[in-house]
Amino acid sequence: MLFLYNGLRGMKKAFKVLDHTADIGIIAYGADIEELFSNAALALFSLITEPESVKEEFHLDLEVSSEDIDSLLIEWLNELIYLFDVKHILFNHFDIKSLTHNGLKATCYGEDFDPMKHKLKAGVKAATYHMLKLDKSDDGFQAQVILDI
Amino acid sequence: MARWQGQLIKIDDYRWKIPESYKTGMRVPGLIYASKEMLESICEEQTPEQVANVAFLPGIVGHSFAMPDIHWGYGFPIGGVAAMDVKDGVISPGGVGYDINCGVRLLRTSLSEAEVRPRINELINALFRNVPSGLGSEGKIKVSQKEMTQLMVEGARWAVKRGLGSEEDLDVTEEGGCLSGADPSKISDRAVKRGMPQSGTLGSGNHFLEVQVVKEIFDSDIASIMGIDEMGQILVLIHTGSRGFGHQVCTDHLRVMEGVVSEYGIKLPDRQLACAPIKSSEGQDYLAAMACAANYAWVNRQCIAHWTRESFSKVFGKSPEALGMKQIYDVAHNIAKIEEHTIDGRKLKVCVHRKGATRAFPASHKDTPTCYKEVGQPVLVPGDMGRCSFIAVGTEKAMAETFGSTCHGAGRILSRGAARRSMKGRDVARELENRGITIKAGNISSLAEEASQAYKDVTEVIDVVHRAGISRKVAMAIPVGVIKG
Repeated sequence: MLFLYNGLRGMKKAFKVLDHTADIGIIAYGADIEELFSNAALALFSLITEPESVKEEFHLDLEVSSEDIDSLLIEWLNELIYLFDVKHILFNHFDIKSLTHNGLKATCYGEDFDPMKHKLKAGVKAATYHMLKLDKSDDGFQAQVILDI
Repeated sequence: MARWQGQLIKIDDYRWKIPESYKTGMRVPGLIYASKEMLESICEEQTPEQVANVAFLPGIVGHSFAMPDIHWGYGFPIGGVAAMDVKDGVISPGGVGYDINCGVRLLRTSLSEAEVRPRINELINALFRNVPSGLGSEGKIKVSQKEMTQLMVEGARWAVKRGLGSEEDLDVTEEGGCLSGADPSKISDRAVKRGMPQSGTLGSGNHFLEVQVVKEIFDSDIASIMGIDEMGQILVLIHTGSRGFGHQVCTDHLRVMEGVVSEYGIKLPDRQLACAPIKSSEGQDYLAAMACAANYAWVNRQCIAHWTRESFSKVFGKSPEALGMKQIYDVAHNIAKIEEHTIDGRKLKVCVHRKGATRAFPASHKDTPTCYKEVGQPVLVPGDMGRCSFIAVGTEKAMAETFGSTCHGAGRILSRGAARRSMKGRDVARELENRGITIKAGNISSLAEEASQAYKDVTEVIDVVHRAGISRKVAMAIPVGVIKG
């Protein structure tokens, strides 16, 4: 474990970063499934840059769909990776408006990447299905995702 | 992670078998090429389990192979080779990897170490300016949507036609720098959008451009055919792939295959092994899209090689021709190819997945370039930035045993985080500088992740494939200047 990040909502940790020989992994937590998806996205951007350096300058509405909840999580992260790679947008706040087993709608807040302001830490290129786990426990939800960097 | 406790049968000093009986569902045995010492570290993670998992895939023939640089990947191990019968086998995007046609290109020069060392800073700065690198780097060639479609189909030739290199370069590039069957209609709009701005860029992570000096020649006859004539000769090694484009192609098609695995009645031990029959529409679509990404990567290396020649030319005040800057070879190490192989005495068309593995065809093979017909296809094996790289050639034994495949590099042993922690407080750039290696990196903080400690010693890797007979080593070179993304 490299890094703990406490979510804005309370004392519970939002996610942690895992070591993986070839790549890097995240474990995200959430009291509910919406929070889990939001924290997984936060974890993703914490690998790309320092989350504190990102301001909420604009927002973007996103819609993602998939076959099941596990692949929805992967699609969600891949959507954000795509937006960073092509449009160079960094996000730091996610408002999940609706979430079912095969679709989600979210409003994402962030700003354009600025090399003078944002330190790039890693180039995350894809969220993978490898060792993907999404579980419900007594405390809520937990998901593990390995990212290709 | 827990140590792997499975069954391994020693065949000889460099071959270790995982029998089919190890796990119900394995269709063929696994075969790991490694020395006893290397095997120890390979078993520290669950990597051999991944070798066994690949053996589950329908249509796999021979063995599920692991090269000595094997390390834990997602689904397939990195350093894995698996061939599937085209008739009833599957193709798996995970067996190629995200960075489709990640590979290496080697250029030679007629310059000597004595001529380059005094000007290495100037040279590295010129290369750093001229070759776009780093996270989020964008290319200096502006590619329109229409041109993007052309380059996906034409491969390296697309760049040569625009004056970036010569016909001669194509002769010494795997597949002539163009994999046939590329169909841009199988490429998503997203992949195109990710690919367009990144064309002609080195990228980040483990990708690099290295100015090297020849330090050892093991076989002077073969080396001389490659134009490597003496110790101290300067070479340039370029390591990059298909950037965000290849990643998006892999992501898109993994998703498609994810959805159809069960429809085809395929049972997998790991979701990341998602696959579809080679003959199915999903399989054919992936092959056509993968070829587009492979061709994109060859354009990338073609452009970078051209800018490398330009940079040398500028610094040394001579034309690239006068500097003897010919290409030795270009190999892919993340790719799937339809090839003909002889298995148990019969000829078979197979789809060879090489993920972190290099093609190693022998002298006699039809696809070995004319100029290497007497010695075998060159195999380029980069090490980490602090150690050395090797040049080898393919052999008949590789053809007979491993579908003409060998290792691709050093192979990671430490995760990026562990590497950073082990180097904490140390100045990697300064340490390299003290050892005569000038480095320029877009992201200095990520240098520690690529330090020597994070990798296996490539010398041990090459010794295994050389002794096992699946490659013959020719020469070794060490870095004098490195550009990292």
